[in-house]
Amino acid sequence: MASTTPIDTPPASPVPPAGPSSSSSTGRAGDKIFSGLSRGSGILLLVVMASIAGFLTYRAAIAISKDQGNFFTTFDWSPSANPPVFGIAVLLFGTIVSSIIAMVIAVPIAVGIALFLSHYAPRKVAAPLAYVVDLLAAVPSIIYGIWGALVLVPYLGGLNVWLDQYFSWTYVFDQTQPGVARNMLTVGILLAIMILPIVTSVSREVFLQVPRMNEEAALALGATRWEVIRLSVLPFGRSGVISASMLGLGRALGETMAVATVLSPNYLISLHLLDPGGATFAQNIAAKFDEANPLGRDALIASGLVLFVLTLLVNGAARLIIARRKEYSGANA
Amino acid sequence: MAKRIDVSGLTAYYGTHRAIDDISMTVEPRSVTAFIGPSGCGKSTFLRTLNRMHEVTPGGRVEGKVLLDDENLYGPNVDPVAVRRTVGMVFQRPNPFPTMSIFDNVAAGLRLNGTARKSDLAETVEKSLKGANLWNEVKDRLNKPGSGLSGGQQQRLCIARAIAVEPQVLLMDEPCSALDPISTLAIEDLIGELKERFTIVIVTHNMQQAARVSDRTAFFNLAAVGQPGKLVEIDETERIFANPSVQATEDYISGRFG
Repeated sequence: MASTTPIDTPPASPVPPAGPSSSSSTGRAGDKIFSGLSRGSGILLLVVMASIAGFLTYRAAIAISKDQGNFFTTFDWSPSANPPVFGIAVLLFGTIVSSIIAMVIAVPIAVGIALFLSHYAPRKVAAPLAYVVDLLAAVPSIIYGIWGALVLVPYLGGLNVWLDQYFSWTYVFDQTQPGVARNMLTVGILLAIMILPIVTSVSREVFLQVPRMNEEAALALGATRWEVIRLSVLPFGRSGVISASMLGLGRALGETMAVATVLSPNYLISLHLLDPGGATFAQNIAAKFDEANPLGRDALIASGLVLFVLTLLVNGAARLIIARRKEYSGANA
Repeated sequence: MAKRIDVSGLTAYYGTHRAIDDISMTVEPRSVTAFIGPSGCGKSTFLRTLNRMHEVTPGGRVEGKVLLDDENLYGPNVDPVAVRRTVGMVFQRPNPFPTMSIFDNVAAGLRLNGTARKSDLAETVEKSLKGANLWNEVKDRLNKPGSGLSGGQQQRLCIARAIAVEPQVLLMDEPCSALDPISTLAIEDLIGELKERFTIVIVTHNMQQAARVSDRTAFFNLAAVGQPGKLVEIDETERIFANPSVQATEDYISGRFG
């Protein structure tokens, strides 16, 4: 093997290798700049995230240490009282309930619209219609709030009466306190409309990506159009629909202005969805921030931290669901 | 379980483009008929008109008649969905339902028909997998996803799925073109067994394969690119390969063009 040594370790040459490397030197500089830039952006993102989390945690810790009630189980929100008492129980409940209502309403409708756009509508109709759905996402949320307060609330009053009359046995539709429809159901419906475009357009993208050969497999077995959707399109799109729903849920959890405009808040926990009242994290922050004293602001920041963690948990759960289905995801087909 | 196919005056379009022109032929039951010809000659399009899959392509349109025994597949009251339940198809690339287990893949067609009871289902799945020479390889992992199998196994899974519903005719569109030689051999052996029960039509680019598996061979050709494909001749496979009656067939088979 000794004879091969010179080949393994070529002698260092004082002459720089000519040709290819010298001509690509500008390319290498570009490479370095680009990799530096992209690495820098990545690090910047981490720094921003860490500083937000650090800020939230620090201020939240100050607030919670002065809280005379239990931060997680107290219904009241009186950080300026003496002694200060505040808790997130109502906010957590209201945020989750309104978001669940929104998901229950929006996801089936969005999947239906997405299937119509991707598999039923003629192409000439589908393209403009998809555009209109995307336009819904461009409406600012305060406009949704104003529309909700001026149009939705009066109209839903009649629906509330009807639901209470025929479905009060379901408990959730039992209206125990009469009032205008500034309640959790209205908020949920408004949020459903607001998250519809994102869930629809992401689902539609996924449904359009179903490989032609998967659909033909079902067609060749004698599947009807609906059966093709059931056998090929929905299974392929499942994880995509889950991610789309989670994106929508993220928006519903954090929606501020629309909820603040529509809801008449109180600090009670009630599953009577037609009773006025309730509160959500984001709505509560928007409503209280201006008038809050320093401790009140820190208390609101603490509630924001909980919302932050909640959103993280939702995203983590979504990823878990998707990962568990990976073996069946069709990525290797 | 096998029917004769009689095609007369069949022309297929993609929008305004005429893909195949005025094709007439007879496919005998319980035999293998191979379609050969250069790329773009319309043999796959023609195959897809035999189970009305051509018309699912946007702009796809067919004129002419396809008789399955005596029933015209393009008759006014014929449901294309029902046609596809009678005429099964295996595609160029294996396409098992990726989210389904091996068992569910084979059972998919039976469940569509809605006739299968649970005990029958297991029996038919086993029979179909045995029929596709796949049973011994998968019997211990029927609940694993079909997409975890090798390419050749996936293609045999697709064949099992197609024969599970007991079709009259089995169409195969280049079923081995994505497979290695050993898997190809397994499929070719399988075709030899299946022709005892089904009428089989196979499109292939591999002329040795046509010679090995088919009883009759049809040669398709097109005058020039953009021109519609036509049927040049159809005859016993031995004659086509030894002594074809048209010069173009001999030129193609001997490798002088195409």
